[in-house]
Amino acid sequence: MGVRVVTPAKVSIRDLSMRFPTDRSTIEVLSSVSLEVKDGELVCILGPSGCGKSTLLNVVGGFLKPTTGEVLIDGQAVTGPDPRRIFVFQERGVFPWLTVEGNVGFGLFRLGAAERAERIAHYVKLVGLSGFESVYPQELSGGMKQRLEVARALAVNPDVLFLDEPFGALDSITRLVMRSELLRIRRAEKKTILFVTHDIDESVQLADRVVVMSTRPATIRRIVEIDIPHPRDLSSPRYIALRDILFEEIGLAHKI
Amino acid sequence: MKRLLPFSATAVLLAVWFLAARRQTSGLFPNPLQVLSGLGELLRHGLLAKYVIASLFRVTWGYLLAVVTAIPLGLLLGWYRRGGQALNPLLQLLRPISPLAWIPISILWFGVGDVAAIFLIFLASFLPLVVAAMNAVGNVPTTLLRAGRNFGLSNPRLLRNVILPAALPQLIVALRISLGVAWLVVVAAEMIAVNSGLGFLIVDARNAGNRYDLVVAGMVMIGLIGLVLDAGIRQLEKMKALRWGYGS
Repeated sequence: MGVRVVTPAKVSIRDLSMRFPTDRSTIEVLSSVSLEVKDGELVCILGPSGCGKSTLLNVVGGFLKPTTGEVLIDGQAVTGPDPRRIFVFQERGVFPWLTVEGNVGFGLFRLGAAERAERIAHYVKLVGLSGFESVYPQELSGGMKQRLEVARALAVNPDVLFLDEPFGALDSITRLVMRSELLRIRRAEKKTILFVTHDIDESVQLADRVVVMSTRPATIRRIVEIDIPHPRDLSSPRYIALRDILFEEIGLAHKI
Repeated sequence: MKRLLPFSATAVLLAVWFLAARRQTSGLFPNPLQVLSGLGELLRHGLLAKYVIASLFRVTWGYLLAVVTAIPLGLLLGWYRRGGQALNPLLQLLRPISPLAWIPISILWFGVGDVAAIFLIFLASFLPLVVAAMNAVGNVPTTLLRAGRNFGLSNPRLLRNVILPAALPQLIVALRISLGVAWLVVVAAEMIAVNSGLGFLIVDARNAGNRYDLVVAGMVMIGLIGLVLDAGIRQLEKMKALRWGYGS
Protein backbone atom coordinates (compact mmCIF):
# COMPACT_ATOMS: atom_id res chain seq x y z
CA MET A 1 0.00 0.00 0.00
CA GLY A 2 1.32 3.37 -0.92
CA VAL A 3 1.63 6.04 1.73
CA ARG A 4 -0.24 9.18 0.88
CA VAL A 5 1.92 12.25 1.40
CA VAL A 6 -0.05 14.97 3.13
CA THR A 7 1.46 18.34 3.90
CA PRO A 8 0.50 18.83 7.51
CA ALA A 9 -1.02 22.19 8.32
CA LYS A 10 1.38 24.67 9.93
CA VAL A 11 -1.45 26.42 11.73
CA SER A 12 -4.75 24.79 12.31
CA ILE A 13 -7.63 26.64 13.84
CA ARG A 14 -10.33 24.29 15.08
CA ASP A 15 -13.88 25.33 15.75
CA LEU A 16 -12.86 28.50 17.53
CA SER A 17 -15.48 30.57 19.34
CA MET A 18 -15.02 33.63 21.48
CA ARG A 19 -17.53 35.32 23.73
CA PHE A 20 -16.87 38.33 25.93
CA PRO A 21 -19.13 38.85 28.93
CA THR A 22 -20.46 42.39 29.31
CA ASP A 23 -22.62 43.98 32.02
CA ARG A 24 -25.92 42.70 30.71
CA SER A 25 -25.18 39.98 28.21
CA THR A 26 -22.33 38.33 26.37
CA ILE A 27 -20.99 39.47 23.01
CA GLU A 28 -20.11 36.74 20.59
CA VAL A 29 -17.07 37.82 18.60
CA LEU A 30 -16.02 34.61 16.86
CA SER A 31 -18.32 31.77 15.99
CA SER A 32 -16.90 28.34 15.17
CA VAL A 33 -14.03 29.43 12.95
CA SER A 34 -11.96 26.64 11.40
CA LEU A 35 -8.99 27.22 9.11
CA GLU A 36 -5.85 25.43 8.03
CA VAL A 37 -2.77 27.37 6.94
CA LYS A 38 0.01 25.56 5.11
CA ASP A 39 3.68 26.02 5.85
CA GLY A 40 5.04 29.05 4.00
CA GLU A 41 1.61 30.27 3.00
CA LEU A 42 0.53 33.91 3.15
CA VAL A 43 -3.11 34.06 4.19
CA CYS A 44 -5.00 37.32 4.44
CA ILE A 45 -7.92 37.49 6.83
CA LEU A 46 -10.23 40.07 5.32
CA GLY A 47 -13.24 41.54 7.01
CA PRO A 48 -15.04 44.75 7.94
CA SER A 49 -13.71 46.81 10.84
CA GLY A 50 -14.69 45.46 14.24
CA CYS A 51 -15.72 42.06 12.92
CA GLY A 52 -13.41 40.14 15.23
CA LYS A 53 -10.58 39.31 12.84
CA SER A 54 -8.10 40.98 15.14
CA THR A 55 -9.45 38.92 18.04
CA LEU A 56 -8.95 35.82 15.93
CA LEU A 57 -5.32 36.76 15.32
CA ASN A 58 -4.78 37.46 19.02
CA VAL A 59 -6.13 34.02 19.89
CA VAL A 60 -3.88 32.36 17.32
CA GLY A 61 -0.97 34.42 18.67
CA GLY A 62 -1.64 33.12 22.18
CA PHE A 63 -2.59 36.47 23.74
CA LEU A 64 -6.25 35.55 24.27
CA LYS A 65 -7.81 32.28 25.32
CA PRO A 66 -10.73 31.16 23.19
CA THR A 67 -14.05 30.32 24.81
CA THR A 68 -14.18 27.06 22.92
CA GLY A 69 -12.03 25.40 20.28
CA GLU A 70 -8.29 25.31 19.92
CA VAL A 71 -5.36 26.40 17.80
CA LEU A 72 -2.61 23.97 16.85
CA ILE A 73 0.73 25.07 15.46
CA ASP A 74 2.95 22.24 14.21
CA GLY A 75 0.44 19.92 15.85
CA GLN A 76 0.85 21.47 19.29
CA ALA A 77 -1.86 23.40 21.10
CA VAL A 78 -1.15 27.11 21.54
CA THR A 79 -1.21 28.05 25.22
CA GLY A 80 0.51 31.43 25.13
CA PRO A 81 2.74 33.70 23.09
CA ASP A 82 5.92 32.10 21.78
CA PRO A 83 9.05 33.59 20.20
CA ARG A 84 8.74 31.10 17.34
CA ARG A 85 5.82 33.14 16.08
CA ILE A 86 5.89 36.89 16.31
CA PHE A 87 3.05 39.36 16.26
CA VAL A 88 3.42 42.67 14.41
CA PHE A 89 1.04 45.33 15.68
CA GLN A 90 -0.73 48.04 13.76
CA GLU A 91 1.32 50.83 15.29
CA ARG A 92 3.12 51.73 18.49
CA GLY A 93 4.50 48.23 18.70
CA VAL A 94 8.14 49.32 18.71
CA PHE A 95 9.76 50.21 22.02
CA PRO A 96 10.12 54.00 22.02
CA TRP A 97 12.98 53.99 24.56
CA LEU A 98 15.21 51.84 22.36
CA THR A 99 17.07 52.86 19.23
CA VAL A 100 16.57 51.04 15.92
CA GLU A 101 19.42 48.72 16.89
CA GLY A 102 18.03 48.19 20.36
CA ASN A 103 14.61 47.31 18.99
CA VAL A 104 15.90 44.86 16.41
CA GLY A 105 18.08 43.22 19.04
CA PHE A 106 15.34 43.12 21.67
CA GLY A 107 14.48 39.44 21.26
CA LEU A 108 18.10 38.33 20.88
CA PHE A 109 19.03 38.36 24.57
CA ARG A 110 19.87 34.66 24.49
CA LEU A 111 22.61 35.15 21.88
CA GLY A 112 26.23 36.16 22.32
CA ALA A 113 27.27 39.73 21.52
CA ALA A 114 28.90 38.91 18.18
CA GLU A 115 26.01 36.91 16.77
CA ARG A 116 23.60 39.48 18.10
CA ALA A 117 25.38 42.33 16.35
CA GLU A 118 25.54 40.34 13.14
CA ARG A 119 21.82 39.59 13.16
CA ILE A 120 20.94 43.18 13.97
CA ALA A 121 23.04 44.44 11.07
CA HIS A 122 21.50 41.89 8.71
CA TYR A 123 17.89 42.72 9.50
CA VAL A 124 18.41 46.46 9.70
CA LYS A 125 19.74 46.19 6.14
CA LEU A 126 17.02 43.81 4.99
CA VAL A 127 14.25 46.27 5.86
CA GLY A 128 16.17 49.23 4.48
CA LEU A 129 17.00 51.05 7.70
CA SER A 130 20.78 51.17 7.26
CA GLY A 131 22.15 54.45 8.55
CA PHE A 132 19.38 54.75 11.15
CA GLU A 133 20.84 52.29 13.67
CA SER A 134 21.13 54.74 16.53
CA VAL A 135 17.96 56.69 15.82
CA TYR A 136 14.98 56.55 18.20
CA PRO A 137 11.55 55.55 16.81
CA GLN A 138 10.16 59.01 17.59
CA GLU A 139 12.36 60.38 14.81
CA LEU A 140 11.23 57.79 12.24
CA SER A 141 8.30 58.05 9.84
CA GLY A 142 5.32 55.73 10.18
CA GLY A 143 6.54 53.47 7.39
CA MET A 144 10.01 53.24 8.91
CA LYS A 145 8.53 52.29 12.27
CA GLN A 146 6.65 49.43 10.64
CA ARG A 147 9.83 48.30 8.87
CA LEU A 148 11.55 48.39 12.24
CA GLU A 149 8.86 46.26 13.83
CA VAL A 150 9.08 43.73 11.00
CA ALA A 151 12.89 43.63 11.41
CA ARG A 152 12.53 43.07 15.15
CA ALA A 153 10.15 40.20 14.43
CA LEU A 154 12.34 38.58 11.76
CA ALA A 155 15.53 38.89 13.85
CA VAL A 156 14.43 36.08 16.20
CA ASN A 157 13.88 33.87 13.15
CA PRO A 158 10.26 32.91 13.83
CA ASP A 159 8.49 30.52 11.50
CA VAL A 160 5.15 32.28 11.69
CA LEU A 161 4.38 36.00 11.50
CA PHE A 162 1.07 37.50 12.58
CA LEU A 163 0.47 40.89 11.07
CA ASP A 164 -2.47 42.83 12.46
CA GLU A 165 -3.29 45.55 9.92
CA PRO A 166 0.39 46.49 9.95
CA PHE A 167 0.04 49.16 7.27
CA GLY A 168 -3.36 50.46 8.36
CA ALA A 169 -2.05 53.73 9.76
CA LEU A 170 0.17 54.60 6.78
CA ASP A 171 -0.63 56.86 3.85
CA SER A 172 -1.67 55.12 0.64
CA ILE A 173 1.64 55.53 -1.19
CA THR A 174 3.71 54.25 1.72
CA ARG A 175 1.26 51.39 2.07
CA LEU A 176 1.88 50.28 -1.52
CA VAL A 177 5.64 50.47 -1.02
CA MET A 178 5.39 48.48 2.20
CA ARG A 179 3.38 45.75 0.51
CA SER A 180 6.00 45.18 -2.14
CA GLU A 181 8.65 45.34 0.58
CA LEU A 182 6.82 42.63 2.50
CA LEU A 183 6.72 40.45 -0.60
CA ARG A 184 10.41 41.06 -1.19
CA ILE A 185 11.24 40.15 2.42
CA ARG A 186 9.03 37.09 2.12
CA ARG A 187 11.09 35.89 -0.84
CA ALA A 188 14.25 36.29 1.25
CA GLU A 189 12.83 34.68 4.39
CA LYS A 190 10.26 31.99 3.89
CA LYS A 191 7.69 32.43 6.62
CA THR A 192 4.11 31.42 7.21
CA ILE A 193 2.19 34.67 7.39
CA LEU A 194 -1.27 35.46 8.72
CA PHE A 195 -2.17 38.96 7.69
CA VAL A 196 -5.28 40.70 9.00
CA THR A 197 -6.62 43.53 6.88
CA HIS A 198 -9.81 45.34 5.98
CA ASP A 199 -8.33 46.47 2.66
CA ILE A 200 -9.56 44.37 -0.26
CA ASP A 201 -6.81 45.50 -2.64
CA GLU A 202 -4.17 44.75 -0.05
CA SER A 203 -5.41 41.19 0.31
CA VAL A 204 -5.44 40.56 -3.47
CA GLN A 205 -1.95 42.02 -3.82
CA LEU A 206 -0.40 39.97 -1.02
CA ALA A 207 -2.23 36.75 -0.31
CA ASP A 208 -2.02 33.20 -1.55
CA ARG A 209 -5.50 32.81 -0.12
CA VAL A 210 -7.97 35.37 1.21
CA VAL A 211 -10.25 34.35 4.05
CA VAL A 212 -13.35 36.54 3.99
CA MET A 213 -14.95 37.06 7.39
CA SER A 214 -18.54 38.06 8.08
CA THR A 215 -19.60 40.86 10.40
CA ARG A 216 -19.78 40.04 14.10
CA PRO A 217 -19.89 37.30 15.24
CA ALA A 218 -17.18 36.54 12.74
CA THR A 219 -17.50 33.38 10.73
CA ILE A 220 -15.65 32.45 7.56
CA ARG A 221 -17.84 33.39 4.60
CA ARG A 222 -15.58 32.19 1.89
CA ILE A 223 -11.96 31.42 1.09
CA VAL A 224 -10.69 32.80 -2.22
CA GLU A 225 -7.50 31.52 -3.77
CA ILE A 226 -5.45 34.26 -5.43
CA ASP A 227 -3.97 32.40 -8.38
CA ILE A 228 -1.92 35.23 -9.85
CA PRO A 229 1.85 34.80 -9.92
CA HIS A 230 4.10 37.48 -8.42
CA PRO A 231 4.81 40.23 -9.37
CA ARG A 232 1.13 40.85 -9.70
CA ASP A 233 -0.23 43.14 -12.37
CA LEU A 234 -2.80 45.32 -10.67
CA SER A 235 -4.61 46.03 -13.92
CA SER A 236 -4.80 42.46 -15.20
CA PRO A 237 -8.30 41.07 -15.81
CA ARG A 238 -7.70 38.29 -13.28
CA TYR A 239 -6.71 40.77 -10.57
CA ILE A 240 -9.83 42.80 -11.22
CA ALA A 241 -12.02 39.71 -11.34
CA LEU A 242 -10.72 38.46 -7.99
CA ARG A 243 -11.10 41.87 -6.47
CA ASP A 244 -14.68 42.02 -7.67
CA ILE A 245 -15.41 38.65 -6.12
CA LEU A 246 -14.13 39.92 -2.79
CA PHE A 247 -16.03 43.20 -3.08
CA GLU A 248 -19.19 41.25 -3.61
CA GLU A 249 -18.43 38.84 -0.81
CA ILE A 250 -17.91 41.74 1.60
CA GLY A 251 -21.15 43.19 0.33
CA LEU A 252 -19.95 46.39 -1.26
CA ALA A 253 -21.06 48.05 -4.45
CA HIS A 254 -18.44 48.58 -7.16
CA LYS A 255 -19.32 52.17 -7.79
CA ILE A 256 -19.23 55.15 -5.52
CA MET B 1 13.69 91.05 25.68
CA LYS B 2 12.13 87.79 26.89
CA ARG B 3 15.31 86.91 28.72
CA LEU B 4 15.27 90.21 30.55
CA LEU B 5 11.68 89.83 31.73
CA PRO B 6 12.34 87.58 34.76
CA PHE B 7 15.28 89.76 35.78
CA SER B 8 13.30 92.97 35.61
CA ALA B 9 10.45 91.40 37.60
CA THR B 10 12.93 90.38 40.30
CA ALA B 11 14.48 93.86 40.26
CA VAL B 12 11.07 95.49 40.73
CA LEU B 13 10.27 93.12 43.60
CA LEU B 14 13.60 93.90 45.30
CA ALA B 15 12.97 97.62 44.93
CA VAL B 16 9.47 97.35 46.40
CA TRP B 17 10.85 95.21 49.23
CA PHE B 18 13.60 97.76 49.89
CA LEU B 19 11.17 100.72 50.00
CA ALA B 20 8.61 98.83 52.08
CA ALA B 21 11.26 97.84 54.61
CA ARG B 22 12.26 101.50 55.00
CA ARG B 23 8.71 102.57 55.77
CA GLN B 24 8.12 100.04 58.56
CA THR B 25 8.02 101.25 62.16
CA SER B 26 9.22 98.18 64.07
CA GLY B 27 12.53 97.94 62.20
CA LEU B 28 12.46 94.14 62.57
CA PHE B 29 11.86 93.34 58.93
CA PRO B 30 15.17 93.33 57.03
CA ASN B 31 15.75 94.99 53.66
CA PRO B 32 17.53 93.11 50.84
CA LEU B 33 20.92 94.59 51.70
CA GLN B 34 20.66 93.49 55.31
CA VAL B 35 19.76 89.97 54.12
CA LEU B 36 22.80 89.99 51.87
CA SER B 37 25.07 91.03 54.73
CA GLY B 38 23.39 88.36 56.89
CA LEU B 39 24.34 85.78 54.28
CA GLY B 40 27.89 87.15 54.35
CA GLU B 41 27.99 86.84 58.13
CA LEU B 42 26.81 83.20 57.97
CA LEU B 43 29.37 82.49 55.31
CA ARG B 44 32.21 83.98 57.36
CA HIS B 45 31.32 81.92 60.42
CA GLY B 46 31.18 78.76 58.32
CA LEU B 47 27.57 78.27 59.36
CA LEU B 48 26.11 78.57 55.88
CA ALA B 49 28.12 75.69 54.44
CA LYS B 50 27.57 73.62 57.58
CA TYR B 51 23.80 74.07 57.56
CA VAL B 52 23.41 73.57 53.82
CA ILE B 53 25.41 70.36 53.99
CA ALA B 54 23.40 69.16 57.00
CA SER B 55 20.11 69.74 55.17
CA LEU B 56 21.31 68.17 51.93
CA PHE B 57 22.67 65.18 53.84
CA ARG B 58 19.26 64.47 55.36
CA VAL B 59 17.39 64.99 52.11
CA THR B 60 19.80 62.78 50.20
CA TRP B 61 19.44 59.86 52.59
CA GLY B 62 15.70 60.13 53.16
CA TYR B 63 14.99 60.62 49.47
CA LEU B 64 17.33 57.91 48.20
CA LEU B 65 15.97 55.37 50.69
CA ALA B 66 12.47 56.22 49.49
CA VAL B 67 13.43 55.95 45.81
CA VAL B 68 15.13 52.57 46.08
CA THR B 69 12.30 51.06 48.11
CA ALA B 70 9.20 52.80 46.73
CA ILE B 71 9.85 52.30 43.02
CA PRO B 72 10.42 48.54 43.08
CA LEU B 73 7.50 48.14 45.48
CA GLY B 74 5.23 50.32 43.33
CA LEU B 75 6.22 48.47 40.16
CA LEU B 76 5.51 45.12 41.82
CA LEU B 77 2.18 46.30 43.22
CA GLY B 78 1.23 47.65 39.83
CA TRP B 79 2.20 44.41 38.16
CA TYR B 80 0.65 41.99 40.65
CA ARG B 81 -2.71 43.65 40.73
CA ARG B 82 -3.92 41.68 43.77
CA GLY B 83 -1.11 43.05 45.90
CA GLY B 84 -1.97 46.52 44.70
CA GLN B 85 -5.64 46.04 45.49
CA ALA B 86 -4.82 44.74 48.95
CA LEU B 87 -2.55 47.65 49.85
CA ASN B 88 -4.30 50.45 48.02
CA PRO B 89 -6.82 51.41 50.77
CA LEU B 90 -4.00 51.63 53.30
CA LEU B 91 -1.90 53.78 50.95
CA GLN B 92 -4.84 56.05 50.26
CA LEU B 93 -5.45 56.43 54.01
CA LEU B 94 -1.83 57.28 54.77
CA ARG B 95 -1.34 59.62 51.85
CA PRO B 96 -3.42 62.59 53.06
CA ILE B 97 -1.57 62.59 56.40
CA SER B 98 0.99 65.37 56.21
CA PRO B 99 4.52 64.11 56.83
CA LEU B 100 4.73 66.81 59.51
CA ALA B 101 2.06 65.03 61.52
CA TRP B 102 4.60 62.25 61.95
CA ILE B 103 7.09 64.53 63.74
CA PRO B 104 6.10 63.51 67.30
CA ILE B 105 6.15 59.82 66.42
CA SER B 106 9.45 60.03 64.62
CA ILE B 107 11.00 61.77 67.66
CA LEU B 108 9.46 59.09 69.87
CA TRP B 109 11.00 56.34 67.76
CA PHE B 110 14.31 57.85 66.81
CA GLY B 111 14.92 60.63 69.31
CA VAL B 112 16.00 64.16 68.35
CA GLY B 113 18.58 63.84 65.58
CA ASP B 114 19.33 63.05 61.98
CA VAL B 115 17.47 59.75 61.88
CA ALA B 116 14.19 61.36 62.88
CA ALA B 117 14.54 63.95 60.12
CA ILE B 118 15.58 61.34 57.56
CA PHE B 119 12.60 59.22 58.50
CA LEU B 120 10.24 62.15 57.89
CA ILE B 121 11.75 62.85 54.50
CA PHE B 122 11.56 59.17 53.65
CA LEU B 123 7.86 59.10 54.53
CA ALA B 124 7.15 62.24 52.55
CA SER B 125 8.71 60.84 49.36
CA PHE B 126 7.86 57.17 49.80
CA LEU B 127 4.07 57.21 49.58
CA PRO B 128 3.70 59.42 46.50
CA LEU B 129 6.43 57.43 44.73
CA VAL B 130 4.75 54.08 45.45
CA VAL B 131 1.42 55.36 44.16
CA ALA B 132 3.03 56.94 41.08
CA ALA B 133 4.95 53.75 40.23
CA MET B 134 1.78 51.68 40.63
CA ASN B 135 -0.16 53.95 38.30
CA ALA B 136 2.69 54.11 35.81
CA VAL B 137 2.62 50.31 35.45
CA GLY B 138 -1.12 50.44 34.87
CA ASN B 139 -0.53 52.92 32.04
CA VAL B 140 1.95 50.78 30.12
CA PRO B 141 0.28 50.07 26.74
CA THR B 142 -0.94 46.49 26.25
CA THR B 143 0.79 46.40 22.87
CA LEU B 144 4.22 46.83 24.47
CA LEU B 145 3.52 44.22 27.15
CA ARG B 146 2.36 41.74 24.53
CA ALA B 147 5.39 42.47 22.37
CA GLY B 148 7.64 41.82 25.37
CA ARG B 149 5.86 38.57 26.21
CA ASN B 150 5.95 37.49 22.59
CA PHE B 151 9.75 37.48 22.64
CA GLY B 152 9.67 35.06 25.53
CA LEU B 153 10.67 37.40 28.37
CA SER B 154 10.41 35.99 31.88
CA ASN B 155 8.52 38.10 34.42
CA PRO B 156 11.62 39.68 36.00
CA ARG B 157 13.01 40.50 32.56
CA LEU B 158 9.68 41.90 31.43
CA LEU B 159 9.62 44.11 34.51
CA ARG B 160 13.15 45.37 33.88
CA ASN B 161 13.18 45.59 30.08
CA VAL B 162 9.63 46.68 29.27
CA ILE B 163 7.64 47.85 32.27
CA LEU B 164 10.35 49.94 33.92
CA PRO B 165 11.46 51.79 30.76
CA ALA B 166 7.85 52.25 29.66
CA ALA B 167 6.96 53.71 33.06
CA LEU B 168 10.12 55.79 33.39
CA PRO B 169 8.87 59.09 31.93
CA GLN B 170 6.00 59.08 34.41
CA LEU B 171 8.33 58.01 37.20
CA ILE B 172 10.68 60.91 36.50
CA VAL B 173 7.80 63.35 36.93
CA ALA B 174 6.98 61.71 40.26
CA LEU B 175 10.66 61.81 41.27
CA ARG B 176 10.74 65.50 40.55
CA ILE B 177 7.61 66.25 42.54
CA SER B 178 8.69 64.13 45.50
CA LEU B 179 12.15 65.70 45.60
CA GLY B 180 10.38 69.06 45.89
CA VAL B 181 8.26 67.70 48.74
CA ALA B 182 11.35 66.21 50.43
CA TRP B 183 13.02 69.61 50.35
CA LEU B 184 9.92 71.22 51.86
CA VAL B 185 9.79 68.64 54.61
CA VAL B 186 13.45 68.79 55.60
CA VAL B 187 13.08 72.45 56.52
CA ALA B 188 10.05 71.71 58.68
CA ALA B 189 11.68 68.67 60.26
CA GLU B 190 14.79 70.68 61.15
CA MET B 191 12.71 73.28 62.94
CA ILE B 192 11.73 70.67 65.49
CA ALA B 193 13.75 67.48 65.36
CA VAL B 194 17.39 68.59 65.06
CA ASN B 195 19.89 71.32 65.93
CA SER B 196 21.39 72.08 62.56
CA GLY B 197 20.35 72.70 58.98
CA LEU B 198 18.57 75.54 57.21
CA GLY B 199 15.27 74.90 59.00
CA PHE B 200 17.04 75.08 62.35
CA LEU B 201 18.78 78.28 61.22
CA ILE B 202 15.43 79.98 60.63
CA VAL B 203 13.95 79.06 63.99
CA ASP B 204 17.21 79.70 65.82
CA ALA B 205 17.76 83.12 64.24
CA ARG B 206 14.31 84.21 65.32
CA ASN B 207 14.54 82.78 68.84
CA ALA B 208 18.04 84.08 69.46
CA GLY B 209 17.38 87.79 69.21
CA ASN B 210 14.93 88.35 66.38
CA ARG B 211 17.61 88.16 63.69
CA TYR B 212 15.15 88.41 60.83
CA ASP B 213 17.97 89.18 58.39
CA LEU B 214 19.25 85.65 59.04
CA VAL B 215 15.70 84.24 58.84
CA VAL B 216 15.25 85.66 55.37
CA ALA B 217 18.81 84.68 54.41
CA GLY B 218 17.89 81.09 55.33
CA MET B 219 14.72 81.34 53.23
CA VAL B 220 16.66 82.63 50.24
CA MET B 221 19.12 79.74 50.50
CA ILE B 222 16.26 77.23 50.70
CA GLY B 223 14.74 78.72 47.58
CA LEU B 224 18.02 78.71 45.66
CA ILE B 225 18.88 75.12 46.56
CA GLY B 226 15.35 73.95 45.72
CA LEU B 227 15.74 75.60 42.34
CA VAL B 228 19.05 73.84 41.71
CA LEU B 229 17.66 70.44 42.75
CA ASP B 230 14.68 70.82 40.43
CA ALA B 231 16.85 71.97 37.53
CA GLY B 232 19.09 68.96 38.11
CA ILE B 233 16.28 66.42 37.98
CA ARG B 234 14.76 68.15 34.96
CA GLN B 235 17.90 67.31 33.03
CA LEU B 236 16.76 63.68 33.15
CA GLU B 237 13.67 64.53 31.12
CA LYS B 238 15.90 65.66 28.28
CA MET B 239 17.51 62.24 27.85
CA LYS B 240 16.86 60.79 24.41
CA ALA B 241 15.62 57.46 25.71
CA LEU B 242 13.00 59.34 27.76
CA ARG B 243 11.94 62.19 25.54
CA TRP B 244 9.26 60.10 23.81
CA GLY B 245 7.26 60.19 27.03
CA TYR B 246 6.86 63.97 27.17
CA GLY B 247 5.05 64.77 23.93
CA SER B 248 7.04 66.06 21.01
